[in-house]
Amino acid sequence: MSVSVSNDALHQFLLRMGDNTLILGHRVSEWCGHAPVLEEDIALANTALDLIGQTQMWLGLAGEIDGGKSADDLAFLRDAWDFRNVLLVEVPNGDFGRTLMRQFLFDAWHSIMLGRLMTSADDRVAAIAAKASKEVAYHLERSGGTVVGLGDGTEESHARMQEALDYLWPYVGEMFASDEVDAQMVAAGIAPNPTDLREEYDALVGRILTQATLSIPESQFAHKGGRDGRMHTEHLGHLLTQMQWLQRAYPGAKW
Amino acid sequence: MQSSTDQIWSWLDAVPDPEIPVISVVDLGIVRGVRWDAGTLVVTVTPTYSGCPATSVISMDIETALRDHGISEVRIETSISPAWTTDWLSEKGRAKLEDYGIAPPQPAGGPERCPHCGSKAVEKVSQFGSTPCKAHWRCTDCLEPFDYFKCI
Repeated sequence: MSVSVSNDALHQFLLRMGDNTLILGHRVSEWCGHAPVLEEDIALANTALDLIGQTQMWLGLAGEIDGGKSADDLAFLRDAWDFRNVLLVEVPNGDFGRTLMRQFLFDAWHSIMLGRLMTSADDRVAAIAAKASKEVAYHLERSGGTVVGLGDGTEESHARMQEALDYLWPYVGEMFASDEVDAQMVAAGIAPNPTDLREEYDALVGRILTQATLSIPESQFAHKGGRDGRMHTEHLGHLLTQMQWLQRAYPGAKW
Repeated sequence: MQSSTDQIWSWLDAVPDPEIPVISVVDLGIVRGVRWDAGTLVVTVTPTYSGCPATSVISMDIETALRDHGISEVRIETSISPAWTTDWLSEKGRAKLEDYGIAPPQPAGGPERCPHCGSKAVEKVSQFGSTPCKAHWRCTDCLEPFDYFKCI
């Protein structure tokens, strides 16, 4: 690594990346064995697996610069207020349509973000981004295709996808929020300013949603409080009780 | 006496991939290096997909195989950069995949032909398949479904 930056800021940035993939990976894994058809079940399980694999790398690095903690320590032994994921990824799955809409809205941001991180001044960040972006290209192809298929599908599927978009759109803005941590990442050349990704995102998402015959809500209101840990939704705590149960009940348990 | 690295590469070429046993871990291109560090043999391995559950099994299989050949001190190192690519699949591995019924990766992003009947009339079912590295396709001539080893 050639740049100097406060370890605190880098740590926060890595938690944001890793907590997004961890919480979304957990949410998507909740579909395992429940998807409407076998192919979708397999696709969702594989997506969850990729996201959890990426979490190992992001939280592994976060733990390394935070006194040698492991990715597992960070995943299983923190409380809700310590998580730095955006609110979008913690909202409950809802129906299959909402799950795929959430996936698409996240994948579009994720693919653009990882593309920028591949040229990070921090070699470790660039290496993780290069690895993850290959996987995310398939996630986006899948979720984008499914959003088009269901949006431009039957009357029922169209209505459900529009409902999902209306529900989730207020959670999109937080992915482009920026604060002091981001300013430090930009100054050190480690990560882009999230705000600068918005134009590319709107173009990509707008193109797919038009194909899907869906309308983007006009309101620019954005729910915030996840990526800075100020206030998560009530859903995160419920998710953690499931995800962390084993390590909380049997501390240190191993496979 | 220490075995030569050439000898070790040939031993590793006999370690099957746990999910696709028709090809070896060397065919798959995930063994990135073999070197001696004093008395310890260091094998560098790169994961295919970051969450692939076979990764830890592969490391264990490599260690077991090397111990069976009398090498007691083995260290497996994981490297993620440069990221694994299907370009690293060996020619031998690609041919074996097709024989086994898995279409090998193509730069065009889809299988060249059905691995069962050779027809070019194929269509995608899903970008995802039975393992993270495969997609699900079918042949519209012989009607058989098949796995496609996807290009990354």
